Amino acid sequence: MTGYTADQPAPPHIGEVIVQARGLEKYFGDNHVLRGVDLDVHQREAVMVIGRSGSGKTTLLRCLNFLEEPTVGSVDIDGVRVDAAPLRARSRAHQEQIRQIRLRASMLFQEFALFPHMTVLGNCIEAPTRVRGVPRDKAVATADKYLEQVGMLNKKDEYPGRLSGGQKQRVAIARALCMEPKVLLFDEPTSALDPELIGEVLKVMEELAHEGTTMIVVTHEMHFAREAADRVIFMEGGVIAEQGPPETMLDSPREEATRRFLRRFLEA
Amino acid sequence: MATAELPAPRAQVLDDIVAAQRRHRRWFRGQFVAVWLILVGILGVFLWSAGRISWAFIFETGPYIVQGAGITILVSVAAMAMAIVLALLGALGRLSKNAVAYSLASLYVSLVRGTPLLVQIYFIYFALPSAGIIIDAIPAGIIALGFNYGAYMTEIFRAGIQAVPRSQREAAQALGMPERLAFRRIVLPQAVRIVIPAIGNDFVAMIKDSALVSTIAIQELLWRAQRVGRGQHQVLASIAIAALVYWGLTIIFSFFQERLEQRMARGDR
Repeated sequence: MTGYTADQPAPPHIGEVIVQARGLEKYFGDNHVLRGVDLDVHQREAVMVIGRSGSGKTTLLRCLNFLEEPTVGSVDIDGVRVDAAPLRARSRAHQEQIRQIRLRASMLFQEFALFPHMTVLGNCIEAPTRVRGVPRDKAVATADKYLEQVGMLNKKDEYPGRLSGGQKQRVAIARALCMEPKVLLFDEPTSALDPELIGEVLKVMEELAHEGTTMIVVTHEMHFAREAADRVIFMEGGVIAEQGPPETMLDSPREEATRRFLRRFLEA
Repeated sequence: MATAELPAPRAQVLDDIVAAQRRHRRWFRGQFVAVWLILVGILGVFLWSAGRISWAFIFETGPYIVQGAGITILVSVAAMAMAIVLALLGALGRLSKNAVAYSLASLYVSLVRGTPLLVQIYFIYFALPSAGIIIDAIPAGIIALGFNYGAYMTEIFRAGIQAVPRSQREAAQALGMPERLAFRRIVLPQAVRIVIPAIGNDFVAMIKDSALVSTIAIQELLWRAQRVGRGQHQVLASIAIAALVYWGLTIIFSFFQERLEQRMARGDR
């Protein structure tokens, strides 16, 4: 479940298990996309998920905070456990459980999804003030802190429409941090970016990883995975096919499927 | 000026181009105004000579007819406010996973869109009293128009809400916002921006359709025009005055609508 073994021990900086997924399966109609995933993620651990498109990595991420309701399985984040309940997914109790999960695990999207009708600052304080009930001045102070961290404080009064893709994604990261989640989920955060804008986003993410932010990142950026990951997970056919430290995974993977994926990926 | 950095002959060419473009725009506008004036003038002269219109009649009754525009606007604005509320509720119903809400909204849209507006006006004003429900003419007209437009605008609102990218709702939910809050703060404001042009169009259409409430003796533009026109055998003049006022109202509101759209397009996107 963690891929750490006696000869590949867990890095010393990571802490207790904070994300625990058990037996996650997801069907879209007849399409069996996730076929039983067990995953443990520790505090301060940066986990990168790689794999072909269609291997289930994005679905796994979306199931972790129930943007997709898993068909079977359970997710436990920081002590809040939710069992998949596709038949009573709309029930109030279940929705509230899910909301508790989402307060602990915030998602970053490929296409940023900033709120276009609010300024950068407005985006950052909307959820803290209205969901957490943080007083406005305190929320603004927190927002300033995180906007500073991602290098976007000078744009706090701009509307998202006037920002580049890289700037938007950095604001989205600050917006997520403002809710002070326990873990950040990144769904291919640089896939929608022009090549010259990818670097600035990865740099912010790398800093977060080195500071000990717990994160699960679905990505195609192998260099980034090598630099920032504590653990790399390779998904294939809806299961975790192999996982381990980045050097092992990227340089000398055990599984033939992983090798084939990396070979094709590096050729492309 | 960028032209200052260019060598003199090139700067001259650029200035000439700008001047030529300006001349062309002015010429185009001039032709536009001329065509309108000439055609409207011809129409006016033709009607004047054919219809034995008297100046005295126009001066005497013109103000009386034009004042009907107040009622027309009152009825239209009130009906529009009602239509917007109904349309929002209708759209929520049409998008609801609750079977009862969905059925109610669908029934409303189907019933209203399946019957003529004139019939709906008659139903509320002439038929309901037989069931013991008596409503004054102006409220009855407002209710009929609001009810009718609410059904058409239900579909506009529904499309507007659906046009907001799904990722917006997901982003709000990923931040822990409950569904209602996410709708109110994130989805609805964006949907409103999307539907405003269509609502503006409907408002202009409503101003014209409000003429139908003249049939239940609401003393708006058309009712007044008909009354004095028939009474003094000046139907041509009185109806023409009413038409001109409707035309003027729609031009004015279209102008404001365009300004509003421009402002929103410029605003924050």
